[in-house]
Amino acid sequence: MIGTFDAKIPPGPLAQKWRSHLDHSRLVSPNNRRKFEIIVVGSGLAGGSAAATLGELGYRVRCFCFQDSARRAHSIAAQGGINAAKNYQNDGDSIYRLFYDTIKGGDFRSREANVYRLAEIANNIIDQCVAQGVPFAREYSGYLANRSFGGAQVSRTFYARGQTGQQLLLGCYQALCRQIAAGTVQMFPQTEMLDLVIVDGQAKGIVTRNLRSGKIDRHAADTVVLATGGYGNVFYLSTNARGCNVTATYRAYKRGALFANPSFTQIHPTCIPVSGEHQSKLTLMSESLRNDGRVWVPKRKEDREKAPGEIPETDRDYYLERKYPSYGNLAPRDISSRAAKEVCDEGRGVGPGGRGVYLDFADAIKRLGEDRIRERYGNLFEVYEKITGEDAYKVPMRIYPAVHYTMGGLWVDYDLMNNVPGLFVIGEANFSDHGANRLGASALMQGLADGYFVLPNTLPNYLAGQTGKRPSPGAPEFQEAEENVQARVEKLLRVNGTRSLDSFHRELGLLLWEKCGMSRHEKGLREALQKIPELREQFWRDVRVPGNEEDFNQSLERAGRVADFLEFAELMCMDALERDESAGAHFREEHQTPDGEALRDDERHAAVFAWEFQGDGQLPKLQREPLHFETVHLTQRSYK
Amino acid sequence: MNFQLRIWRQPNRKSPGKLVDYEVRDISPNTSFLEMLDILNENLLRAGKEPIAFDSDCREGICGTCSLTVNGEAHGPDHPGAVCELYMRKFRDGATITVEPFRVGSFPIVKDLVIDRSALDRIVQAGGFISARAGSAPEANSVTVPKHHADLAMEAAACIGCGACAAACPNGSAMLFTSAKVSHLALLPQGHPERESRVLKMVQVMDAEGFGNCTNTYECEAVCPAEISASFIAKLNREYARARFRRSMGE
Amino acid sequence: MIVAITGIILILFVIGHLLGNLQIFIGPDWINGYSQHLRDLGPLLWAVRLFLLAAVIIHIWVTIQLAIENRRARPEAYMDKQYVKATFASRHMVMSGLIVLVFIIYHLAHFTVRVTDNRFTLLRADPLGHYDVYSMMVYGFQNYLVSGFYVLGLFLLALHLSHGSSSFFQSLGLNDKKLTPRLALGGRIFTWLLFAGYTSIPVAILLGLIKPAQQL
Repeated sequence: MIGTFDAKIPPGPLAQKWRSHLDHSRLVSPNNRRKFEIIVVGSGLAGGSAAATLGELGYRVRCFCFQDSARRAHSIAAQGGINAAKNYQNDGDSIYRLFYDTIKGGDFRSREANVYRLAEIANNIIDQCVAQGVPFAREYSGYLANRSFGGAQVSRTFYARGQTGQQLLLGCYQALCRQIAAGTVQMFPQTEMLDLVIVDGQAKGIVTRNLRSGKIDRHAADTVVLATGGYGNVFYLSTNARGCNVTATYRAYKRGALFANPSFTQIHPTCIPVSGEHQSKLTLMSESLRNDGRVWVPKRKEDREKAPGEIPETDRDYYLERKYPSYGNLAPRDISSRAAKEVCDEGRGVGPGGRGVYLDFADAIKRLGEDRIRERYGNLFEVYEKITGEDAYKVPMRIYPAVHYTMGGLWVDYDLMNNVPGLFVIGEANFSDHGANRLGASALMQGLADGYFVLPNTLPNYLAGQTGKRPSPGAPEFQEAEENVQARVEKLLRVNGTRSLDSFHRELGLLLWEKCGMSRHEKGLREALQKIPELREQFWRDVRVPGNEEDFNQSLERAGRVADFLEFAELMCMDALERDESAGAHFREEHQTPDGEALRDDERHAAVFAWEFQGDGQLPKLQREPLHFETVHLTQRSYK
Repeated sequence: MNFQLRIWRQPNRKSPGKLVDYEVRDISPNTSFLEMLDILNENLLRAGKEPIAFDSDCREGICGTCSLTVNGEAHGPDHPGAVCELYMRKFRDGATITVEPFRVGSFPIVKDLVIDRSALDRIVQAGGFISARAGSAPEANSVTVPKHHADLAMEAAACIGCGACAAACPNGSAMLFTSAKVSHLALLPQGHPERESRVLKMVQVMDAEGFGNCTNTYECEAVCPAEISASFIAKLNREYARARFRRSMGE
Repeated sequence: MIVAITGIILILFVIGHLLGNLQIFIGPDWINGYSQHLRDLGPLLWAVRLFLLAAVIIHIWVTIQLAIENRRARPEAYMDKQYVKATFASRHMVMSGLIVLVFIIYHLAHFTVRVTDNRFTLLRADPLGHYDVYSMMVYGFQNYLVSGFYVLGLFLLALHLSHGSSSFFQSLGLNDKKLTPRLALGGRIFTWLLFAGYTSIPVAILLGLIKPAQQL
């Protein structure tokens, strides 16, 4: 294995770890910073904030994104909000409580030290964003407003309409623009990282392809930061943007970087269902709808084709209210998602393909009046109407769970550095803070914590010893990586088969959704592990990628990503199979309580599963990082 | 549903382009406009022809990547909304639909329907930010912002940077885009220290990028997917006049 | 901004000019008196004329430059273009403006320099040498062609102002989201009142409601 597999958690009491770590970290003096070149791949909340902050500190930064502008990274689509334990509401919130909720929400599969640091830094993020001009919602007094989110018992979520992600991203995009103008950051839009270059066992550069001109380039640097987001698109249909992919992190994995908990994927319960085969993506409807909507399906299969109005009250099954009387329609994401799948599997699902459940506002409209509902959810009802053509004030909405976020990612230590020295991974691309399930309004928090405050303070720990060690892009390792990328591009174009990319991607997605989606079992996972290589083999035999490499070629860029998904999917299934327990979003049917809840196995599996690539066609090697809980007490989640 | 399509094809920036006729059949009314183009591309691929290049990413109207002029309207006929939020049920069965790129001199065509909008990035780089170093921020609630100003700033900040305003403007002007950023930051107390230099620099770069001038036709706000009001252009004019005046007074 | 300010000056002139002209309905003495009053201003009248001329020239010069820039901003036109909100008037300001310019030149030649109508020389001035503007207007407008051209010119002026008279508020930043639609409506009402006021003169003359004060 390259480097060391050690989380390097600082000693001392939990609440002092970060402070004492900062006290003992190495530093790079201001006049030495300009001697270091840093590569940041990705320009979302994590990458954008990191690139801007590092540029501000005086490092020379090169930032890459595949989009045509840094502002289009998918963080922009986050709706709900961002958590922080400011306790502005005086409702008993504290850093410890935010930490505890996050680690419990993650079903005790994340590191105490990392999560505590996240909760601590959350407050600084709000300060920073306000100073940058993020227009958070405010009270009439002019002070910041909060709302409660995702079943939390306190109001700690800061928000900017339903566009919090957009506003936070534009905040760091603007900070990035300022550094671009100042000349400290050089931006490379429409440039995709296709390989990581390791020189003398350290990450020292990348090979990229300019998507517009097709030109392949080498970039040497002192350190490489990956902020390339999640891999939800492995399922083909997800709430992710079309371009989201696993390529950068997967290429790093193939170069020796450990990949942790790849099977941990979050399914969001309230998305608009699939309407047909043409569908290219799924749209999320804010979870807040469940505050007033009632979820139901017909009691009998025979009624599923009937118009909802024709099904009398007595023939409806309000299954969440029935199963979870105290939480009812507000049961957590993973639980309500699985419940929806269950009733659809029983053949009681509604809408095209029988994959949907009703979210009914009739009672709420009767109780509060249509105007109040319009006031609360008007824009969501409009989105729903645009997509489905149905008026949710008159007929119940149809919803279904969809892949939303991936908790797994490249393994990192407390400094956010991978086992490969010099390779840092931040944001959704790493695995560190959300365990087996992410709480609402925590993704934005993590991305910005990593980029604005953690990485700029931990990076010097590595850089301080690296003066003068930057290789030249002419080094043989770069030569080899470039040839590797070139060969792969040519190989994709040479297949010249008959099937389209999307057809492979769709088939892979469907397979994973069935076998490695909301619930998994050993038999299904083994079947998937058998089918994925077959599909991959077919892909390399029969895919058709038109056009050529020296051109703007959208099919070619997507082909590379699908090819990586076809390999990565196998890793996901292996991880899901190996994790022989249920935890958070990872639900193994063999491991459930008599009531059908996730049953953890803390004895055997309170650990991070980190996978090491051993070569094509070889089984990857599993490394386990045991999780130690010194402060919190492991409990069974119950939402009855 | 069946449709006749006339789509702009152009191999690259320098070569001339033209409208090419296509046909798609058996499209479900629940298909989005971009998914209809995906289907057309699959058909082209099967026929051994080159697919049509067009941009999109989030496909839920927030990233601002998609940029098509459909039947002469930026983002198509279903306003407000980006073209990724346009669904085929909005068209008559058998309709002929013309698809062109956003046409603005400052947005050169890359290929077919894909354009280069880096000019918008450069306008923001000129000053569309608040210089707040990470770590230097005061406690968030130490500065209050009147709710009305915060709401108005949010309305302006909702811009998705798609460039439809310039594409629809008879003059190819990017005033709505620039005014949204200038207004957003000028409305907040945090943005005040750089208020004058920001508007002067951003307007200067906007002009230098070759965008046209505003003649108050309000076509921009009619097609804006984020419903940015043209009253922010009035605000920009006000901010610009104020900055010029204060500069001339030596402040 | 320069366009807006010069535009306001010209709008103010158009209002004043109309108020002066409408005195024709009161009788020959009023309007002839008004005309004489203006002439008595002497150098001041010339100063005002030069000021207006300068406003016209700047207004046109700057807009033509802007229009050229606007052309350049879209080198390749749309094959198909639909407007959602932009009015015909707002999109054709240069065209309507230039036609109005032709109209103004004709109008000045007609009444101020008096070179287009020989009959005007036949009109007697009063003993003090004052022009009979009243009769000049009546004879001038009795010709259908002349009146027709005036109505057309005024129509284009109105079209130009239906956009211009509210647009300058926007250019000067003197409005907000609520005010803009009201200003636009107000501007349109104002403009068409102006049009009605101006066209009422030739129409009244053609209908024979106003008769010349002296025979040729």
